[in-house]
Amino acid sequence: MKYTIPEQEIMCSGHKACQGCGAALAMRYALKELGPRTMMTFPACCWSVIDGPFPYSSVGVPLFHTAFETAAVVASGIRAGLDARGEEDVNVVAWAGDGGTFDIGIQALSGTTERNDNIIYVCYDNEAYMNTGVQRSSSTPWGAVTTTTPPRHFKKERKKDMMAILAAHSIPYTASASVAYPEDFIKKVKYAKSIKGTKFLHIFASCPPGWRSAPELSVELARLAVQTHVFPLYEIHEGRYYKMSMNPKKKDIREYLKPQGRFRHLTEEQVAHMEKMYDEKYEWLLDLAERSKPYFEAKKEK
Amino acid sequence: MQKVIMGNHALSWGALLSRAEVIAAYPITPQTEVVELLSNMCADGDLDAQFIKVESEHSAMAASMGASAAGARTFTATSAQGLALMHEVLHWATGARLPIVMGNINRAMAPPWTIWTEQTDSISERDTGWLQIYTSSIQEILDSVIQAYKVAEQVYLPVMVVLDSFVLSHTNENCDIPDQKKVDAYLPKFNNEYKLDVNKPAAYGGLTGPDWYYELRYKIQKDTERSLDLFVETGKEFGEVFGREYGLVETYKMDDADTVLVTSASIASTARPVIDAMREEGHKVGLVRVRVFRPFPSDLMRKLLAGRKKVLVVDRNISFGMSGAFYEETKAALYNVKSSPPMWGYIAGLGGRDVPTNVVRDMIDQTLSEDHPEGDIIWIGVKK
Repeated sequence: MKYTIPEQEIMCSGHKACQGCGAALAMRYALKELGPRTMMTFPACCWSVIDGPFPYSSVGVPLFHTAFETAAVVASGIRAGLDARGEEDVNVVAWAGDGGTFDIGIQALSGTTERNDNIIYVCYDNEAYMNTGVQRSSSTPWGAVTTTTPPRHFKKERKKDMMAILAAHSIPYTASASVAYPEDFIKKVKYAKSIKGTKFLHIFASCPPGWRSAPELSVELARLAVQTHVFPLYEIHEGRYYKMSMNPKKKDIREYLKPQGRFRHLTEEQVAHMEKMYDEKYEWLLDLAERSKPYFEAKKEK
Repeated sequence: MQKVIMGNHALSWGALLSRAEVIAAYPITPQTEVVELLSNMCADGDLDAQFIKVESEHSAMAASMGASAAGARTFTATSAQGLALMHEVLHWATGARLPIVMGNINRAMAPPWTIWTEQTDSISERDTGWLQIYTSSIQEILDSVIQAYKVAEQVYLPVMVVLDSFVLSHTNENCDIPDQKKVDAYLPKFNNEYKLDVNKPAAYGGLTGPDWYYELRYKIQKDTERSLDLFVETGKEFGEVFGREYGLVETYKMDDADTVLVTSASIASTARPVIDAMREEGHKVGLVRVRVFRPFPSDLMRKLLAGRKKVLVVDRNISFGMSGAFYEETKAALYNVKSSPPMWGYIAGLGGRDVPTNVVRDMIDQTLSEDHPEGDIIWIGVKK
């Protein structure tokens, strides 16, 4: 029998993730495809804790913990060091949360991407500063409650479009993925491994404590985010060509919002407003994907 | 090979001869020539290194950390605001035990905007665990880079090679460019025992509780102390190989000196002729130039200064609310010594104000004319 995801397990048990942690799942899947010839760097993020305290580690590959705003450029440095040592086949991965990517780490990430340094940057996005106790980040979606955006002043700003920012750097490859779609996720890791330059993977990673949702619903919520068009799965090649990874028939956004305490305060009117924002964005993506079709057809012919 | 070069280029030559494998840098006046020359050396193939042109000094140090963690010999250079921006990751480089060597050109901190020399930038980083060498000639800059790697790679600690902006960075002097083969013998290829290695997966810098953090700090302090001996040893060996010996301090006419001027960097060069002139007048004046400031050579300073009649320390830096740093630390080193001499602390040359021979003379004269210093700071020539 042929499995659709690699059988190898690099990450081991004993990690310190919360029940139902999407970020832990993301790491497990990513490492299955990345394999043992991989090095990682983590800035401050949930994974600084999940990996385990000194002297333990659960990722099974060399890991350099680093300062909050430096993941991308430390990866650039490791890459340069390995190239100097002649170990060009080793995957260098920066593995950061949304705070370390969308906010404090964006400068270094922009620099690394502009130089097109040969690394894979993975952002596991749980949509707030979960490790410090659920404070809003620029990745927190409109409408969400966090400890710094309480119900009466819930977040009124839209989630930053990190994929578009990366695309504006003409990054060779950027893709969104979800822990609810491991085959698609792994396919994207595989492609990222196969090409040179900076690759960015934006992983939707559910967070039961931060989203105030049941741990057993983690995968289901991640799947609903895709099915309700809240977190579409797509790729951008060469910073210009968009490709939808799937285009599911839209489910009611309320199915996604209701199980999460962070959205419980929203009125029907606010939900409708939210839905409209996501629909517009989705249409925009579909349009870009439609216009990119000749590029992918030509690529297939080759 | 003899070559007339500027101080900044002495840093570049030092990195080239040390066979730096990764360089990460960001431009700042007065450091730019360091990386410009290194870029050219890489482009021309004279230096086989990866050059990462980062978007900030913070990233310059972070990239250096990554490269050094991967086992590469790594070099960078900065100054003032750039060094201050690195502050967080300077601590990281030390805690991660990465033997990075960095040139820092001493420039005064803004505001107001300034580009002229003062040591407050590097003095502000004295608690980051970086070893610090303060140089006083173009030749010493080049030699110190090579020596810095030799020490850094034995104790797994980063080293800063410090030079005055313009006075050293942009001054041209004749410099002996050592033979590459001799440098290779003095400083062989580095094999980092703790580098990131896919065959030995391990996590570096993970969450450490009070049960082990204390011991990790103890180890840093012990290795920092060990570096004192290594600076002496490697400085002596440098002398045997290249004919120029370096120590923790440089002394001048100290044998019978009853009054000692303690200072650092280029002010020490200005002081030498003053001391010569005063000696001719019959004053028994000597000079101690502190070369290695971190670790501070307390034992040696006690040996050199205890029992003297008077000591004056000239600082081109200030720790607001206290005094100059070299004064502060020299005084601290001498505190528990029975025959500790009275100590005068002068602040001079901030923001690049010239410290010519007559100003050095004024400070020595004032010291000779007083029985005891008044206060911890003596200002020289403050305009009203």
